[in-house]
Amino acid sequence: MDVNLTLVIVCAALVGCGVYLLLERSLTRVLVGLVLLSNGVNIMFLVASGRAGTSPLVGSSDPEDMADPLPQALVLTAIVITLGTIAFLLAMAHRSWQINGNDDVQDDTEDAAIRKLAYDDATSDSYGLTTDGQHEDDPEEDGAV
Amino acid sequence: MLAVVLAHFVAAMMAPALVRLLGRRAFLALALVPLVTTVWAFSLYGDVRDGGTVTTVVRWVPGLDLELAFAVGTLQWVMLLIVAGIGVLVMSYCAWYFKDGDKGLVIFTTSFTAFVGAMLGLVMSDDLLVLFVFWELTTIFSFLLIGFEPTKRASRLAAMEALIVTTLGGLVMFVGMLLLGQEAGTHRISEILADPPSGTPVTIAILLMLVGALSKSAIFPFHFWLPGAMAAPTPVSAYLHAASMVKAGIYLVALLAPAFATVPGWHLSLLTLGTVTMLLAGWRALRQIDIKLLLAYGTVSQLGFLTVIFAIGSQTAALAGLAVLLGHALFKATLFLVVGIVDKQTGTRDLHELSGVGRAMPAVAAAAVLAGFSMAGIPPLLGFVGKETVFSGLIELAHGETAGVPGWAGWLVVAGLVAGSALTVGYTTRFLWGAFASKPGVPATKVKPLNPAFAVSPIVLAALSLGLGFAGAALTTAFSPYADTLVAGEHEEYLALWHGFGLPLLFSVVAVVGGLALFWVREPLCRFQKRTALSVNAEGVYRFLMRGVDRMAVEVTGTFQRGSVAAYLAIILGVVLLLPGYAVVRGLLGDETRINVIAYDRLAQPVIGAVIVVAALSTVRSRRRMRAVILAGVTGYGCALLFLVHGAPDIALTQVLVETVSLVVFVLVLRRLPEHFTNRPLSRQRFWRMGLAALFAVAVAGFLLTTGSAREAEPISATFPEASKEFAYGNNIVNTTLVDMRAWDTMGEIAVLVAAATGVASLIFLDTRMSGIRRVYDIPYPEGVEKQPTQPGRRVWLPGPRTMSPDRRSIIFEVVTRLIFHVILVFAIYLLIAGHNEPGGGFAAGMVTGLALMVRYLAGGRYELDEAAPIDAGILIGTGLFIAAASGLGPMIFGGTVLQSYDTYLQIPLLGEIHLVSSVFFDIGVYLVVVGLILDLLRTFGSRLDRQIVRAEKKADGSPDDATTEQAVV
Repeated sequence: MDVNLTLVIVCAALVGCGVYLLLERSLTRVLVGLVLLSNGVNIMFLVASGRAGTSPLVGSSDPEDMADPLPQALVLTAIVITLGTIAFLLAMAHRSWQINGNDDVQDDTEDAAIRKLAYDDATSDSYGLTTDGQHEDDPEEDGAV
Repeated sequence: MLAVVLAHFVAAMMAPALVRLLGRRAFLALALVPLVTTVWAFSLYGDVRDGGTVTTVVRWVPGLDLELAFAVGTLQWVMLLIVAGIGVLVMSYCAWYFKDGDKGLVIFTTSFTAFVGAMLGLVMSDDLLVLFVFWELTTIFSFLLIGFEPTKRASRLAAMEALIVTTLGGLVMFVGMLLLGQEAGTHRISEILADPPSGTPVTIAILLMLVGALSKSAIFPFHFWLPGAMAAPTPVSAYLHAASMVKAGIYLVALLAPAFATVPGWHLSLLTLGTVTMLLAGWRALRQIDIKLLLAYGTVSQLGFLTVIFAIGSQTAALAGLAVLLGHALFKATLFLVVGIVDKQTGTRDLHELSGVGRAMPAVAAAAVLAGFSMAGIPPLLGFVGKETVFSGLIELAHGETAGVPGWAGWLVVAGLVAGSALTVGYTTRFLWGAFASKPGVPATKVKPLNPAFAVSPIVLAALSLGLGFAGAALTTAFSPYADTLVAGEHEEYLALWHGFGLPLLFSVVAVVGGLALFWVREPLCRFQKRTALSVNAEGVYRFLMRGVDRMAVEVTGTFQRGSVAAYLAIILGVVLLLPGYAVVRGLLGDETRINVIAYDRLAQPVIGAVIVVAALSTVRSRRRMRAVILAGVTGYGCALLFLVHGAPDIALTQVLVETVSLVVFVLVLRRLPEHFTNRPLSRQRFWRMGLAALFAVAVAGFLLTTGSAREAEPISATFPEASKEFAYGNNIVNTTLVDMRAWDTMGEIAVLVAAATGVASLIFLDTRMSGIRRVYDIPYPEGVEKQPTQPGRRVWLPGPRTMSPDRRSIIFEVVTRLIFHVILVFAIYLLIAGHNEPGGGFAAGMVTGLALMVRYLAGGRYELDEAAPIDAGILIGTGLFIAAASGLGPMIFGGTVLQSYDTYLQIPLLGEIHLVSSVFFDIGVYLVVVGLILDLLRTFGSRLDRQIVRAEKKADGSPDDATTEQAVV
């Protein structure tokens, strides 16, 4: 199969720009990155579907000349799902703005706590609870108090 | 046999109800189940006496060749009797051991009964995988029983330690089992033993399985969990950690010995570790103050002894092994139960505090003495009978009659075991003296009056130890079918009290004398032990290892789980670059790879492509939200043009519509967000991101070029044009693909849309989507606007705008809206109906309808939207999903398959003949879902945000909230 170089370049550009934005902190930029990325992926389907052709309508032309209909159906599905995803992410960006005053993706505080443990060369809580830690029984815990 | 196991599990499930009903007497009712099992086991004697086996096979997972296979031969039969018989006695003992109000009684009875079932399953299973399942079940129940008092730290730690050690061993064993099953071609144990495979993988498999056996039976270096497990109530120690569960490892050794005793490493590891365990634990037992811990170390020591005996793999040793196995179960259960009684009646287990207990409870003391004699190997008890034959077997070993063990090694084992027996006599004496003797200078311990029923179980067990000592001949007959599966020695051996004078008797005498001497010097010995105690012990090593594992987990988590989404994405993208990227590079470098490219199909492509690339790059650079969104929109419209040029009008149409809808939605939300993106300093990270993105783009291009060029096969869609006409009755292949050929995809897709719409609604409305649809006539005029007189009965066509303040209204927009709204709707319906044959379809029609609603909203505000669609979006979405599902299931009523299409021709006056295809209903469902989605977006991002803005403005003005018109925002 011959590959359409123009479409490959367009696809790579869209995907590259999309990925760059996807790695950003601002949820709006992530969202725009997602739009670019999904456009790029849709073009990818176009590349995979081979040569351009006539519209895939039976009777309008010879089936040999038609563009491949299956990738088109898949792209159609993808387009509509992208709309749903965008809407959902927008709602999240808005909610984040409402709560935090910005739409930046926050770092997880639990993970930061684990990083601190690693930095301090300490063991996790579960280790103390199940294997070692304080050797004396907590009197209150034992119901002695 | 499955029924036996299941009966215990059923009983376990009934245990909570029984405990509620009968209190601690529930144990007696539950003990009936193992009692019946014991009787049943006795009834099998006739079948197994002559070396026969009783088998049951129930198909479980045929696809995996997994069968619930059970088989009972002599070895299993002995284990059955031990597990079920002692189970009965320990359970009835529990009925007096516990008090009615004891915490955790329910979970204890449940776990205990279930444990009996699991243990029975373990000894009966004839399939490696089934054996493993039961093996791990016993581990879990043991964990629950050790952790009987979860509020106690010691209890928790001990339970965890036992669980980790035995599970680790179990998993290693599982690997060995899988390997063995692979080599043998079957997981059926009886078949493997009948025709044992050989080779290095088998040796590794067997050694791995032995790791499981050693950890379960608390053999060095895994021995430390067992003394810790003494945190469990005494009946658990007596049953699980002396009589039954810890024997599972011994059982496995005994099971494998006939076929695999000759594999390299078998004798070396088992004989060494067993002897070391016997000596080490016996030595430590001599120092214990707590009589329960003393017994625990004694148990570990005896388990080492048993391991050595069964590991030898000769006929004599096997005969002796079964006798010692049975003898140990009887005397150790007795002793633990006695400890439970002493503990309960005196309140202490410290042998320095106990004094004169034997005089207060003579019957209990007598039982303990009998059991102790059996443990020490004093005639005429069962322990002595077993030990005599053990020594005979050891002498055979020392004479080099066992393949693979040189004589000197045999003599070393003999010396070790005789020394171990001396230690056994020593700690037995210490135990009996410590628990029952009157010690000078220690006041007699107060002993509460004993309920005779409490002492029944240990007395029965002690009596069995005594009685069976005289039954050597019967035991020989019963055990010989198992022993006969092993290599015979020079002499025919048998179990009896009197073998005549010889080395075995001498060994026994040496052991007894040595043991008594050890007891005699107990005080200096304890001091000596204290001085020489090593600072490193196995438990310390275990803690050190666990700490290492935990530290490593923390470090690994801290390194990779950064908590930053961008970092995770970078890792994912990096993997994509590494793996598929590597494949692409290899493909490109390969000799046979040819890249076939054409510059473009149509001249329009490079032109549109250039616009898209420029727009994409500008999107990345823009610092304003709005600009970024609009530029991204440009790429979207560009894509639509590329689709059109490519010959894909359907997706071009949909892309344009979606792009328009998303632009509007973006604008609606962005009016609430700051104009610029948060300013971030230019950092090194940014260049990283650029590099990653660029590499990713190159990888994608390379992937497309190689895979595209490599394609040779005819696309599967080559048959679509014909199928579209024949089965889906439509000309538009894309549409028939969506509603017929790949309708399941579409079904999944609208489900995703429903989820997205629900998610959006819940994020914006927070509580309920039913915010109430309000019609214009409910709304008062804004301040400064007067009602224009109209003729009565006439309704303003576009009533919404009057609710807006005059400066926000656009007359031209309102007029245009009046003109085009219906036109758009008609167009949408055309797209819906015509979509089957011409470009269009449910998605496009839904989008167009959504746009019509959007126009009404933009022209007339949120009340105009309610006027245009006075219906809840959820109802539309739900109805759509229902119609799509119903039209999919419909054909089944007529005997078709799900989502099959039918067609019919309708004659309609004026319009002429209409070709109606049933899948149009599916499309209508899709249409409604899409309309519902867009209506939802308008209600949330439009109406709801409008209200929030109005509220914020009012707050800024300082006027109180108008609670009647505005809903509170959380």
